Amino acid sequence: MEPLILPCGPAAVMIEVDDTEHAAQLAAHLRNAALEGVIDMVPAARTVLVCAATTGDLAAVLRAVTAFVPGERPLVDGIAVEVPTVYDGDDLAEVAEAVGLSIPQLIDLHSSNEYRAAFCGFVPGFAYLTGLPQILRLARRQNPRARVPGGSVAIGADFTGVYPSASPGGWHLLGRATVAMWDSARERPAFIEPGDRVRFVPVQG
Amino acid sequence: MLEILDPGPLCTVQDLGRAGWAHLGVGASGAADRASHRLANRLVGNSAGCATLESTFGGLRVRFEIAVYVALAGADCPAITRPHHAIGHGRPIALVAGTELVLGAPRSGLRTYLAVRGGIDAPVIMGSRSTDLLNGLGLAPLVSGDRLTIGAAQRTAVPTDFAPPSLPDSSPLTLWPGPRHHWFTSAAHDALVAAPYEVLPTSNRIGARLSGAALERSVLRELPSEGIIEGAVQVPNDGQPLVFLADHGVTGGYPVIAIVAPTDVGRIAQARPGERLRFRWTR
Repeated sequence: MEPLILPCGPAAVMIEVDDTEHAAQLAAHLRNAALEGVIDMVPAARTVLVCAATTGDLAAVLRAVTAFVPGERPLVDGIAVEVPTVYDGDDLAEVAEAVGLSIPQLIDLHSSNEYRAAFCGFVPGFAYLTGLPQILRLARRQNPRARVPGGSVAIGADFTGVYPSASPGGWHLLGRATVAMWDSARERPAFIEPGDRVRFVPVQG
Repeated sequence: MLEILDPGPLCTVQDLGRAGWAHLGVGASGAADRASHRLANRLVGNSAGCATLESTFGGLRVRFEIAVYVALAGADCPAITRPHHAIGHGRPIALVAGTELVLGAPRSGLRTYLAVRGGIDAPVIMGSRSTDLLNGLGLAPLVSGDRLTIGAAQRTAVPTDFAPPSLPDSSPLTLWPGPRHHWFTSAAHDALVAAPYEVLPTSNRIGARLSGAALERSVLRELPSEGIIEGAVQVPNDGQPLVFLADHGVTGGYPVIAIVAPTDVGRIAQARPGERLRFRWTR
């Protein structure tokens, strides 16, 4: 479908597209357009929210949306990020069994793939990474954990990601990242930003 | 320096917030009633971005260790300097070193802004001194014994004038259609503006929870999480609306029927539990 323009008050607009992939592409398209007056751009599962300084700034946003062709070409956007990961998660054996792989095969599959950060949400610095191999797309855990340790590398539904801090969570835990996903004192507070290309690199614990 | 002798129910450091990080999951935060924050700053010759103290429902006691100019704006609370010298809102006031300032409970409104010439010099996190209670950024809510540095005064003069007191405004708050306006019945669109909604005591800096006519949906499917802005009127499954304020999350999973006009958001931030708010759709 054509991108749908949804109203969001005098100085913001929301654009709805078919799926997460198109939302990520649209956000990349709009970031590359470097539109004046845009204060915040929030990609999500199906939408991109654009907040501008004034009503007048929205005209250029809408023109840029018109120029967007979903799926036309994957934009090179963001930076390449490597997440050193110790694959010793509590659900590693369970997931391997569920998808019919050995643990080394599972680690190899998860870490040989390049992912794209589609959007952040849930807590600061939690990036939803797309591009998970089809066979790893498992339903969330029947019983979410009350506390997932900070740094946990996990998979859930169509996504993989890293919990920046300890929180409740329903994803399957494969391992733990050895770098901090979030540090508000860093110049780049989030280790992974929307648009980034992400690889998990197995390391010893 | 200034020392917090008693923070009252809730006192935080606020400025104009940290816009521009929503894509990483961090909202702007900042003063819940921006206009009052700006006014308090202007009255002591500060730029609008200087940090002020946001005192929720009064009760704040502060001692200034140096001579300062201060101004109060927002919720109108009685204010005295020890020993018992009443001071007014909306004008610059010179205090000598050692003065203690005490705020009582507001007669109307909820949040009072105390500006100090030079601004409150709290640590800058991601471009702002604001306390974001949702994400735990900035200084924690102030407690007795906290000491805060006062910034260097800017070269602007302290204005000698005063701000005229604002009259109580009971006019309806203006609503713009929200992104999921069309997910609600026309009866819901009418109900939202037909009768007032009461502010619930569970309201906070994240949002004002309202109680009134339930808003019925015409589209019942689940909504994948999507971006949220300040002033968004979100309707969870019980049909009772919630207006997002300064510390709102950047995404939400319930449909947003309307957006409160940005110039009216401050009035919602000043509404006390039990107060009734009326809305109207923009023309």
